[in-house]
Amino acid sequence: MRDTSDIKDMRDALMAAIIDLAKVHPEVVLLDSDLASCLNAPVFAKEFPTRFFNCGIAEANMVGVAAGLSSMGFVPYAHSFGCFSSRRAYDQFFLSANYAGQHVHLIGTDPGVTAQINGGTHMPFEDVGMMRLIPDLIIIDPSDTQSLYDLTMQAYETGRCTYTRTRRKGGTHRYAPGQVKLGKGNILADGKDIAIVATDEVIVNEAVKAVEMLAQKGIKATLVDITTIKPLDTDLLEKVSGETGHVLVCENARYAGGLGEAVAAHLAKTCPAKMDFICVDERFGEVGKLDYLMKVFHLTAEDIAAKAEALARR
Amino acid sequence: MLDKQIIESLAAKAKDIRISTIREIAHLGNGHIGGSMSIVEVLTYLYYHEMNIDPSNPKMEGRDRFVCSKGHAGPAVYATLADKGYFPKDWLMTLNVGGTNLPSHCDMRKTPGIDFTTGSLGQGISAAVGIALGQRLKGESSYTYAIIGDGESQEGQIWEAAEFASSRKLGNLIVFTDFNRQQLDGFTSEIINMDNLDTRWLGFGWHVQRINGHDYNQIAEAIENAKAVKCRPSMIILDTIKSKGYAPGEGIKANHSMPISHENEEYAISVLNGGAK
Repeated sequence: MRDTSDIKDMRDALMAAIIDLAKVHPEVVLLDSDLASCLNAPVFAKEFPTRFFNCGIAEANMVGVAAGLSSMGFVPYAHSFGCFSSRRAYDQFFLSANYAGQHVHLIGTDPGVTAQINGGTHMPFEDVGMMRLIPDLIIIDPSDTQSLYDLTMQAYETGRCTYTRTRRKGGTHRYAPGQVKLGKGNILADGKDIAIVATDEVIVNEAVKAVEMLAQKGIKATLVDITTIKPLDTDLLEKVSGETGHVLVCENARYAGGLGEAVAAHLAKTCPAKMDFICVDERFGEVGKLDYLMKVFHLTAEDIAAKAEALARR
Repeated sequence: MLDKQIIESLAAKAKDIRISTIREIAHLGNGHIGGSMSIVEVLTYLYYHEMNIDPSNPKMEGRDRFVCSKGHAGPAVYATLADKGYFPKDWLMTLNVGGTNLPSHCDMRKTPGIDFTTGSLGQGISAAVGIALGQRLKGESSYTYAIIGDGESQEGQIWEAAEFASSRKLGNLIVFTDFNRQQLDGFTSEIINMDNLDTRWLGFGWHVQRINGHDYNQIAEAIENAKAVKCRPSMIILDTIKSKGYAPGEGIKANHSMPISHENEEYAISVLNGGAK
């Protein structure tokens, strides 16, 4: 177990986890599609030169090769930007990896607005929905370096396919080692008026600020950090829904197929609440810096607080 | 040159496999007969003469591996695996029946002896590349064999796999193209021209041979040549006849997946047994 409080960028927490796994498990290999330097994968390649493969700008083949390596007993980690890991290699990840029962860990970096100045072409809001459609796939959306590190280590042990979405540069320190468990949410604030369920580092950061803003208005909010989108921590969701009766789900992704839809569908069956959503509706991405994009897609702490207040008063 | 006895024995196996494949598909009433029948010689050569495999231990470490990237040729692969003893022959009559272990397209989770799941065209070759890479990483002297279709070669993923395999110098990868000049909707010449496959593979850095895919001597020689090339993957383009040995399907346009009546089943088998066409 490693403490990541000295790691600045999310990508380095991810690389630290993959390297720590590779040190113990000789079957761990890393594949990239000409974005290795973006992930700092050369650090891995330097330590394990025979276990790193740059597959070139060919994401579909990369995932297929990863699946073939898995059938030989290797445990491949394969990386591209989230837009390409999902959209360009979807059929390969669906069939050659998941349907075929292989053990492939797919990484999609810079999800949603964190794609920033790469712009709309590179801005995956839909990757969560696409990945949620794959049976039994584990989907990780960490909220800090420690959750990214710990969940990567825990996901290895499942022997299942995973999809991890995380930004590369920049990072947050929120958890101590061991605090985050795969498939479990974490309660970051406790209040009886409304439950804010948030996922993704940049969104959870905004949600934390929103909870303080709501407190100043006398609204006490529970904040749940969902670092595993699938399988969902349904017990915790039912609990906070039952306790507050108001649930606001916040994510850096489309509503269609996203966490909000997943939570709404589950609570509709089990413990209905009044709900609202902070997410991206019928829109494509666009270019800009993070603070600009957070504003235009209505993902800021102010947006969260405003929707939460209106919802709590419903 | 192969011994006459070996060729006769392989040819007898090919006939058995063709009859089993026709029976499998006819039992259900329709299926992918065309592309199953065209690969029977290469299948029988690999399974009865070439590959280091053990049907009593389908997952044997260090074995040679086979990926049927044109996954719809499952019926011919199943007939071969059943004859080799990977599973009981009566399974063949369950092809595509609900709950079967023999689905239309090859499935490694269901069928003993299937080394990789295929069906979405273009994907099997990437898996085969990964397997060949894995064999090399493990220090094995084993080979990976794969069959792709000529129609399948219209998929971009084939060429992504091609450039990666040659860049990694995967000399332990031997891929066959079943060049039967037909695809589901008709002749390749009418849809996408595949005539220059040889030069395409050469351009992608592969060792390329082109042979008669129904001639055991040529298959044997081509595999021997391929194995002698250590630093390049090998493409062996097989000139074949789609539906070869299922007489009612030979030479017609719609032979990719077709109904097989009891009369045509018996007629085709009588032709295989030496009866008049």
